[in-house]
Amino acid sequence: MNIPDWNAVNVGDALPTLTLPAITRTTLALFAGASGDHNPIHIDSDFAKAAGMPDVFAQGMLPMAYLARLLTNWVPQSRLRQFNVRFSAMTAIGTTLHCSGVVIEKLESGGERLAKLHLAVCDDHGTPKIKGEALVALA
Amino acid sequence: MIDPKHIGRQLPPAIFEVEKGRLRFFAKATGETRSEYLEESAAHAAGYPSIPAPPTFVFAAELDAGTLFSLLDELQIPLSRILHGEQQFNYFAPVHAGDVLTVQSTITDIYTKRSGELEFVIKDSTVSNQHGQQVLGARSVIVIRNQSGSSS
Repeated sequence: MNIPDWNAVNVGDALPTLTLPAITRTTLALFAGASGDHNPIHIDSDFAKAAGMPDVFAQGMLPMAYLARLLTNWVPQSRLRQFNVRFSAMTAIGTTLHCSGVVIEKLESGGERLAKLHLAVCDDHGTPKIKGEALVALA
Repeated sequence: MIDPKHIGRQLPPAIFEVEKGRLRFFAKATGETRSEYLEESAAHAAGYPSIPAPPTFVFAAELDAGTLFSLLDELQIPLSRILHGEQQFNYFAPVHAGDVLTVQSTITDIYTKRSGELEFVIKDSTVSNQHGQQVLGARSVIVIRNQSGSSS
């Protein structure tokens, strides 16, 4: 996998968008097992309703894992230096998520040439589910 | 309300072996189909010593160990009231299949907002591998909703 050239990357450049299949109960069950998050609020509708929720909803770390895929589709994982997100809304069953990223700054630090990215995961209506930032080292 | 005496508290270390099967399961669960995340030979071809652990994978270590859930249980906070507010990772060295990680977490802050309607617990973690090398730093912001029945 090629590392993007720092000189060829510009502030405002967008990463190729990653769109995921609509979230299903199976998605949440698989992610519960794989991620180790067994909180029943994400996989047991009875539990979720008893807790006052309309239904189960996605683990926050699921869209964050999707965002990680957006990043590692753009740079080799070994170039990732920092990855921060803020979870802003719950993701319901049936939601189609779109991951996006844009270069907001180019900087040099610790002998590396870095790009700072603004990241978001939104639904079909453009409502953000999580927002974040990443720092990646470029060539 | 959570007693602020827990600020500074160290949680029990979690030991976590990065297994190839679990990495493949994680890849399936996140729709990852690139071969270096699935097959050792493809990982080698991409320059990795083995299948790399994806950027958020290590979060599983403390979940498997039940570190946070044990603490919430002790503090009598029901799972139905917690939300993940923020998550941060700093990457220092790669993590691959075969690594044995040690996660050491500390509760570094506890505070309330909206007159106690929301409580925040900040957990800072350092992750080292079997060579004693620090591979990752992480911070989790956990939010506790003290108003029951709210679905916001």
